Amino acid sequence: MSAAAPQVTELVTQLLEVVAALAAAPLFLGWVNQCRAWLSNRRAPSIWLPYRNIRKLFAKDAVLAENASPLFRLAPYLVFSTMVVAAGIIPSMGTHLPLVVAADAIALVGLFATARVFLSLAAMDVGTAFGTLGARREMMVGFLAEPALLMVIFVASMISSTTALPAISEHLVTQSLGLYPSLAFTAVAFTLVLLAENARIPVDNPATHLELTMIHEAMLLEYSARHLALMEWASALRLFNYACIGFALFVPWGVATGAIGPLGLALSIPVLGLKLGVAGAGLATIETVSAKLRVMRAPEFLATAFLFAVLGLLVHVLLKA
Amino acid sequence: MTHLPWDLQLLNTCAALLLLLSFAMLSQRRIVTLVDLLAIQGGLLAVATLLLAWRTGQPHLYLSALLTVALKVAFLPWLLHRLIHRLEVYWDTEPLLNISGTLLAGVVIVVFAFGLAQPITQLANTTMRSAIGIAIAVVLLAFLMMITRRKAMSQVIGFLSMENGLFFGAMSATYGMPMVIELGVALDVLVAVLVLGVFFFQIREQFDSLDLHHLESLKESE
Amino acid sequence: MAIFVSSPLSACIALLAGWVLLGACGLLRPRSIRFAGRALFTVGALIGAALGALSAWSLWTGVTEQIVLPFGLPDLPFHLRLDTLASGFLLLLGTTSAGISLYSAGYFRQGEGAAPGLLCLQYHLFLASMGFVLIADDAYSFMVAWESMAISSYFLVTTQHRLEEIRRAGFLYLLIAHVGAISILLAFGVMQGGSWQFTFEAMRSAHLSPAWAAIAFLLALAGFGAKAGLVPLHIWLPEAHPAAPSPVSALMSGVMLKTAVYGIIRVTFDLLGAPVWWWGLVPLAAGLATAFYGAVFAAVQTDMKRLLAYSSIENMGLVFTGLGLAIVFFGTGMHLAAALALAATLYHSLNHAFMKSLLFLGTGSVLHATGERNLGRLGGLIHRMPWVAWLSLVGALAIAGLPPLNGFVSEWLLLQSFLFADQIPHAFVSMLIPMGAALVALAAALAGYVMVKFFGVIFLGQPRESALSRAHDCGRLERLGLTWLALGCVALGLAPVQVLAALNRVTATLTGASLAHQTAHWWLLAPVPTREVSYGPLVFLTASALVVALTVTIVRLVYHRRVRHGPAWDCGFGRLTARMQDTAEGFGQPIRNLFQSFFRIERELPTPFDRAPRYRIAITDRIWRSLYEPLGGIVQRLADAAAVLQQGRIAAYLLYSFVTLVVLLALALVL
Repeated sequence: MSAAAPQVTELVTQLLEVVAALAAAPLFLGWVNQCRAWLSNRRAPSIWLPYRNIRKLFAKDAVLAENASPLFRLAPYLVFSTMVVAAGIIPSMGTHLPLVVAADAIALVGLFATARVFLSLAAMDVGTAFGTLGARREMMVGFLAEPALLMVIFVASMISSTTALPAISEHLVTQSLGLYPSLAFTAVAFTLVLLAENARIPVDNPATHLELTMIHEAMLLEYSARHLALMEWASALRLFNYACIGFALFVPWGVATGAIGPLGLALSIPVLGLKLGVAGAGLATIETVSAKLRVMRAPEFLATAFLFAVLGLLVHVLLKA
Repeated sequence: MTHLPWDLQLLNTCAALLLLLSFAMLSQRRIVTLVDLLAIQGGLLAVATLLLAWRTGQPHLYLSALLTVALKVAFLPWLLHRLIHRLEVYWDTEPLLNISGTLLAGVVIVVFAFGLAQPITQLANTTMRSAIGIAIAVVLLAFLMMITRRKAMSQVIGFLSMENGLFFGAMSATYGMPMVIELGVALDVLVAVLVLGVFFFQIREQFDSLDLHHLESLKESE
Repeated sequence: MAIFVSSPLSACIALLAGWVLLGACGLLRPRSIRFAGRALFTVGALIGAALGALSAWSLWTGVTEQIVLPFGLPDLPFHLRLDTLASGFLLLLGTTSAGISLYSAGYFRQGEGAAPGLLCLQYHLFLASMGFVLIADDAYSFMVAWESMAISSYFLVTTQHRLEEIRRAGFLYLLIAHVGAISILLAFGVMQGGSWQFTFEAMRSAHLSPAWAAIAFLLALAGFGAKAGLVPLHIWLPEAHPAAPSPVSALMSGVMLKTAVYGIIRVTFDLLGAPVWWWGLVPLAAGLATAFYGAVFAAVQTDMKRLLAYSSIENMGLVFTGLGLAIVFFGTGMHLAAALALAATLYHSLNHAFMKSLLFLGTGSVLHATGERNLGRLGGLIHRMPWVAWLSLVGALAIAGLPPLNGFVSEWLLLQSFLFADQIPHAFVSMLIPMGAALVALAAALAGYVMVKFFGVIFLGQPRESALSRAHDCGRLERLGLTWLALGCVALGLAPVQVLAALNRVTATLTGASLAHQTAHWWLLAPVPTREVSYGPLVFLTASALVVALTVTIVRLVYHRRVRHGPAWDCGFGRLTARMQDTAEGFGQPIRNLFQSFFRIERELPTPFDRAPRYRIAITDRIWRSLYEPLGGIVQRLADAAAVLQQGRIAAYLLYSFVTLVVLLALALVL
């Protein structure tokens, strides 16, 4: 086997994945918003709205608070690029990616944590009441969501004895169909974490700017124009990334495994699109049927997620499945 | 890792889902939802029984699956829903221990139950030994739910969930109890729920509420 | 150079003696800040760097060398020995202390409470005694070094001895240090195994019954645990660390706590030799409890140095968790997993030395610039003290366990070793231990919370007091020291393969399993050959940097670059002040609510009718109330009972002596 050909396809897959994530993330967000509007009997906004939003923001003048430090201006770029790198690690289309040797699933969790920390620090930088409030709440959500996510990954890692996300996917896809009861627990936990980390409804409401309840939006209050555009894009990417982690862990079928040919890659794109479509509709449904929690109930919600993940671990070691 | 046959995998999944439902019940405040969860738990139990019946070819298990569906999926939830509407108790008040704490205690209980099941697992020679730990856990978790809730309604639901756990345990350890005992237990449960239903009306008449802390006033005063 | 090659141990002794000598030089001109402060401390830093280089070299070559010094008590000469384990920890001591000494050279000034010369003496004695602890090869010299370490650091803690609370903190420290020392002494007593030979060589060859070996291990764990701050022996730590001057806090937290790790590793893996697997459960459980406890408490602190002290407790918990895991694995014959867990332990010790020293020194600069330790009165210092702020940011990110810095690597290794836990051949234990990973993850995530609070409240936002506008950045020597430590954090994070290769020499001699991977690249950390897991921070960093650069470039191309500056958005309120930012109390509030039952909270709430509304909250440790106060009461009562003997009359005392003499003579007659 010549070494060059697979390497080229791997590189192509890698680039394609990142570009696809960048392009599709706002679309996915638009789709979720559209579904939400339909489900609540409203006229849906255009699915392209997030793109227009980002374009609009890029055209505006940036306003910076007077006492913003360089950290404040640096943060959007850092947050955005962590999300882009994360998109490169998650096997959304193929499992043979050059970048994944550099970072496994634990590093991925660390990457999300980095984004969160910088987001919070930037929110504290200007020194308004809202910024610090948002930062505090974000960290409150984060310190429970992060271990929960880590435990979810841990269970999958124990099943496949590796922490590399593509290897986990590959393990789940290639072996004879096995049912993993422990994954049922972690799937619940993961869904809860996804909702919390992406500021979705039971924990935060992406559609309002009500002071008493907001988390994510409170941190972005001081941002405008290109910085805000990057932040918005980054949060769309985060949602996309989380969805793809979910696919990699729980429904990995359809991802191009092994040495990737162009055919496998071509096949994996519509499959990914299908999965995203279903996941977006599901997410919108969950958001529509559930009520926003009070902020102080959020830790309870996340503690539930964490404990479910731990239970998944227990069930795994008991049933060895 | 050697792979289990698919029906066993399915049974294991049922067991895990039973546990999941127990935890869902622990974390749920709405009584209506609790009843629904109970019905789902009954349904899962029936599926597990059917699977086991199919696997072992024991005809009485089919019967008990049928019984489970009739009693635990259809009749009792219907009865409880009716009771809830008649009594107008849709929510439980704040539990004695907050939800996170309850869940944490639940995890400790699961660890304990799994540890407890280890020696039993080695003794039992049935195909689904590993589920014994889960059965014990379900029983204990139901107990925990009964301890931490205030409303009588939630306690009855806990009681029924406990019975589900016992049933499942018996099934996984010895392929189910003899039919006579099973019928007896089913009848017991039925009667117990009916009697408790009557009790509820009495309690509410007496105290204007189903909150059990009112019963504390019944003890002899010092 | 010749002595380096021929006998690294003698070179090492010479360097340590150099520290002692340097300290003594401080007494030549004790009042001169230029001489005792600037000059001597700089030389001390150079000695530290030399020690670091020397021990790196001896670690690499893997030498083992023994020397018996001709002095000491009669028949009890000092045995010294340099092996890979000692080299590893000497490396930590040398490199970290180089940064701290450099910083101290710029830090100490008049009015620290003690004369600079005296400080110089105590400081360098402290350093040298830590070094001697690491190379001691018999119980006697070990205890001498251990005690001089405790005493010299006690004097450093009580530098500001005119303050009542600092004297109290110092006393508590000394007390716990001695309780620990007694426990260690007893452990050595058990380990000599009837041979009455107190050299470590004799202990290695002594055959202990399993019960006695377990007792020795538990005694040693209690003794070293007291030094490391394991719950419930941690209470001295949050008192003593804030009391000491910042470089001393850095040294205590960064280096001294690690001598406890060294001690327990030495006893378990070297002196006792064959640890039984269940021993490991004790440090594992204690470590997990400590990590969680420390993280929760750190999140609610309002004093920046106390916050860091609790964070140290958390990190020591993680270290002991790794250690416990290593013992469990080793005892069950899983040597590779044991090597991995032990490497995680050592790696985290090394990391913590750098990051925590960096942060403590950062607080020192803040303290000097503002005179304020209370987080509620700081804020916005990134504008006034950019050097300190940005370098502290490195430390904060590292300690929060974020890639690609060093804290992440050791946590990664620790979690990887947890993944082996389901192969332990003891059913119940193999189920329980993976749960530990959940606690580790929780503690690590809480550390992120703590660090956002620490950095955000001190350096970001608006200054909460007007006096802060006079704050100034730190001096040149201080910057050098901070930069050295920050570079250490970065290097340890970016070159894990090389660091692990060095640590592998320690773990390989202790566990007999080598982590070296045949096909590994120099940039890719893949410690476990049987699993395809890898982490390549350089690739990772390059990819991230590339994306950032690309994003910046593209945005610059697309965007028209107009930026306006305006006041912060006040939501139309119009009277936004700096006091409306979250205080440290506010930032810790979610944790306080969530973990209420951990704390003893005293709260004074204002009423609507108060003229001057006041909110006060005091959070204290429940363990102090429920364990130490009753214990203190018992001791007090025993002491009162013994006070009956104190008659105050000389005749009574003579009578005691007489009775003792007679009883002893009678005993001699009977026996």
